[in-house]
Amino acid sequence: MADLSVNLGGISSPNPFWVASAPPSNTGYQCHRAFEAGWGGVVWKTLGEAIVNVSSRYSSLDLNGNRMVGFNNIELITDRSPEVNFREIKECKERWPNHAIVVSLMTDTRESWHEYVKRSMDAGADGVELNFGCPHGMCERGMGSAVGQNPDVIETIVGWVMEVTQIPVIVKLTPNITNITYPARSARRSGANAISLINTINSITQVDLDRLCPEPYVAGKSTSGGYCGPAVKPIALNMVQQCAADPEVKLPISGIGGIQNWKDAAEFIALGATNVQVCTAIMHYGFRIVEDMIEGLNDYLDRSGMASVTELIGRAVPTIDRWENLDLNYKRIAKIDYDTCIGCNLCYIACEDGAHQAIALVDPDAEGIGEGPGRLPGKAVPKIKEDECVGCNLCSLVCPVDGCIDMIDIDTGKEPMSWTQYQERVASGDMEPIPPHQ
Amino acid sequence: MEIRPILDPETATRNMAEIEPKYSPQEAVTEANRCLYCFDAPCIRACPTGIDIPAFIKKIATGNITGSARTILSANILGASCARVCPTSVLCEGACVLLDRDQQPIKIGRLQRYATDHVLDDNINLFSPPTKKSGKRVALIGGGPASLGCAAELALLGHEAVIFEKKPEAGGLNTYGIAYYKLTPEVSLKEVELVKQLGVEIRTGVEVGRDITIPELEKEFDALFLGVGLGSTLRLDIPGEELPEVVEALHFIDDIHTKPLHEVAVGKRVAVIGCGNTAIDAVTQAKRLGAAHATIIYRRGERDMPAYVYEYELAKQDGAEFVFYAIPEAVLERDGHVCGLRLVRTEMDAQRNLRVIPDSAFDFPCDMVIKALGQEKMTAMLDHLLPGLDLADNGTIRRDDQTGQTNIPHVFAGGDAANGGSEVVNAVGEGKKAARGMHRFFSQQEATGPIQWSRMGVVDAPPYGAGLDAPVRVQETATSFR
Ligand SMILES: Cc1cc2nc3c(=O)[nH]c(=O)nc-3n(C[C@H](O)[C@H](O)[C@H](O)COP(=O)(O)OP(=O)(O)OC[C@H]3O[C@@H](n4cnc5c(N)ncnc54)[C@H](O)[C@@H]3O)c2cc1C
Ligand SMILES: Cc1cc2nc3c(=O)[nH]c(=O)nc-3n(C[C@H](O)[C@H](O)[C@H](O)COP(=O)(O)O)c2cc1C
Ligand code: SF4
Ligand code: SF4
Ligand code: SF4
Repeated sequence: MADLSVNLGGISSPNPFWVASAPPSNTGYQCHRAFEAGWGGVVWKTLGEAIVNVSSRYSSLDLNGNRMVGFNNIELITDRSPEVNFREIKECKERWPNHAIVVSLMTDTRESWHEYVKRSMDAGADGVELNFGCPHGMCERGMGSAVGQNPDVIETIVGWVMEVTQIPVIVKLTPNITNITYPARSARRSGANAISLINTINSITQVDLDRLCPEPYVAGKSTSGGYCGPAVKPIALNMVQQCAADPEVKLPISGIGGIQNWKDAAEFIALGATNVQVCTAIMHYGFRIVEDMIEGLNDYLDRSGMASVTELIGRAVPTIDRWENLDLNYKRIAKIDYDTCIGCNLCYIACEDGAHQAIALVDPDAEGIGEGPGRLPGKAVPKIKEDECVGCNLCSLVCPVDGCIDMIDIDTGKEPMSWTQYQERVASGDMEPIPPHQ
Repeated sequence: MEIRPILDPETATRNMAEIEPKYSPQEAVTEANRCLYCFDAPCIRACPTGIDIPAFIKKIATGNITGSARTILSANILGASCARVCPTSVLCEGACVLLDRDQQPIKIGRLQRYATDHVLDDNINLFSPPTKKSGKRVALIGGGPASLGCAAELALLGHEAVIFEKKPEAGGLNTYGIAYYKLTPEVSLKEVELVKQLGVEIRTGVEVGRDITIPELEKEFDALFLGVGLGSTLRLDIPGEELPEVVEALHFIDDIHTKPLHEVAVGKRVAVIGCGNTAIDAVTQAKRLGAAHATIIYRRGERDMPAYVYEYELAKQDGAEFVFYAIPEAVLERDGHVCGLRLVRTEMDAQRNLRVIPDSAFDFPCDMVIKALGQEKMTAMLDHLLPGLDLADNGTIRRDDQTGQTNIPHVFAGGDAANGGSEVVNAVGEGKKAARGMHRFFSQQEATGPIQWSRMGVVDAPPYGAGLDAPVRVQETATSFR
């Protein structure tokens, strides 16, 4: 059994799986259900001055029959009163002393920030998360992502919070910005204890072509929403890694965005997150998904010989480098396993029309390839033109059979050489420029 | 003529190979991703052992195969054999919600096999005996699925369990009786090992009543579990029944499980009397072992046969033949060997009563007769072992449905001996219930702790898995947070 407990900037929890600030963390009732199911922490649904929501508020992207690959919402912060929320936070904390309860906050004036932080401490919260991320509804009022997109304002507001807080402060970042490290650095400079990312991405998921109005439909209109769910994971992973690698950020990270299972979580942690938060997957399937997350992560750590989850944090970060430092002399090419190839020829057409024309269709008998599973006698089969293959991976990505197209390393016999070294060598006359591709 | 083995080793092995091969990883993940991960899923309720099916399928989808097997085996220690032998179309798969959307239920049995094979094949150790012991000891009579299910649950609850089995190996019909192409004895024996991993002791080659008596057991143990199954095949009671080629289905099948396949004697023309699932198993295996003709003789019609539809379809695919509306009157003999059956025709009247048609006798040539008329109850043995035990009119052991307790308070029962003959999974489920019944008997405490609240609806749900995990709602927390 690996040790799954983590400590995020002073907030400890029995495992790295937290419920993100969103509808699943809206009430004490849900918080209780979450902890009972096994979640290690809850970031309470963002508190602030009373708001009113519209009725229709979610829409989603379905892909090839899979529901909710991406999820979009136009909801605001909590529509329940601060009194009720703080009372329930207190009750939950008393009942679950070893689990993390973090209160997400969003307000405007200095006095108001002070008040909410103090009330969070009074309720026994383990920390506060400052929501500088919500991309709709709140930013129009100068809150949410309107703050998160402006590093100076972040510094000012976090500064106000630091004046009164005695509990750790997490700054939640919006991805709706060109360079995520800027707001992350502001958080660092203003003394925050951790950052969490990503909040939702500006989005419109679909247009109803009969009404000619996007979803979610609200009485003849719609509005830009916030995008999350499995589809955003790659964007979130990238931003987490950028913050983890930036020497001016150096803050513990709570990774959020599209996490559905233990593998996703392990990837975030390997790229520098200390823990993870989940919203959409819970909205889809309920709190019970955490059982597999805990068990799967534990088995993975055991299998990999890691005694605790902290050993995994950031392990893959150093493997990400700037493009110009990658080895231009590394070479791979595609290799087809004819024993498993089913003859769909998707690899052929992908390479032919979409890439580098490096696959031929050949007579299997002439090549001595024979028949594979389900292939018709004499039907042409794809064959990699090894001299033409640039090793781009496309065919292996489209091939529908696991392991059928392998990308194999080719020994070029050349020393590694990055773009930077190449430029230097050409400039110094050590080598001729590589001729352009024909 | 005397009957002999027909096929060479290679052909016999090929013919008897498992009909449903193991999923490849990609097949398993693709199928697992079709599952909707229902909440309060009907498939769980349809499983007599209450396996959390959506949870184990989801774990296959995420690559957490060990965890998937843990989910399965902690609810049903014989999860690997059940994956192969369960009549899934009338159990879990028959309840899958996808039947109502696109007619194709999730292949739960095959996914279950994929996950459990992973731990059995790689010898992954999932369980260890619990450290807290109650000091209570239970003797289980019979080493079949009912006792194994019961012993595993007892072990998990901290009680000591000792199984007494008269045969050389435990597993009951799982080891000696299930059609070979569904389940091989190897898998059954691996599961027996799993039960041993939990700290259960198994004494094979010990027949209770002969090698050890009930009073002796009662001195040493705090409770008894009767998992003795059913007895031998019912007799035909017709002339010629004593001929050497007239065999009981269970003996024929036992041969298949204990001898090399190419050494199992089988006729060229085999007649199987009866039309239950055992008859189907016998006719199919006779055919696969090389019989030119293997024919089921059944007194009623196609629509009345007790065998499952999919079993019937399988037998037809294998080329088995069927003679409906006929009863054997005598086994015909030539030189001391079977040469045929004398059959008479039957018909059903308007009230669907069966009657024999006068003067309708005809001869049916065959050189082997397999009797598959159902199994006797263990009445005589039980009367002898436990004279005070209350039996139902049909010879089964009367016991409480939920706790398995009989009229003798420290004696519990389950499986075929109690339900009159059902499936492996029912035997395991009943064994599990009896273990919980004993736990309550010992400790006056429910064996089921509060079921995780997050796994339940907010209304009181009827019991999961036919009453196994009757969830105890945490009422108090429910109200304080609403
Ligand atoms: C031919 C056949 C095919 C079947 N196919 C299927 C199938 O495909 N799928 C399915 O789900 N079910 C099938 N079944 C049913 C299934 O095998 C039984 O329901 C199940 O095995 C019952 O388990 P049990 O533990 O109650 O009894 P058994 O499996 O019969 O085990 C009882 C054990 O008790 C032992 N025993 C009896 N008396 C004593 C004694 N005095 N002392 C010590 N040991 C004793 C016996 O040797 C035996 O090992 C089939 C049954 C038969 C006969
Ligand atoms: C309906 C909905 C409401 C949300 N409300 C909040 C909120 O109040 N405060 C906040 O910080 N983030 C909020 N989020 C963003 C989530 O906390 C999370 O950052 C985002 O959904 C990405 O994670 P996911 O892909 O697991 O859903 C909300 C998300 C959704 C879908
Ligand atoms: S999910 Fe619940 S609240 Fe939302 S529309 Fe459906 S029933 Fe109504
Ligand atoms: S995509 Fe894969 S399966 Fe299809 S033809 Fe190419 S190698 Fe074969
Ligand atoms: S009912 Fe079918 S779809 Fe639903 S959880 Fe069970 S197997 Fe999956």
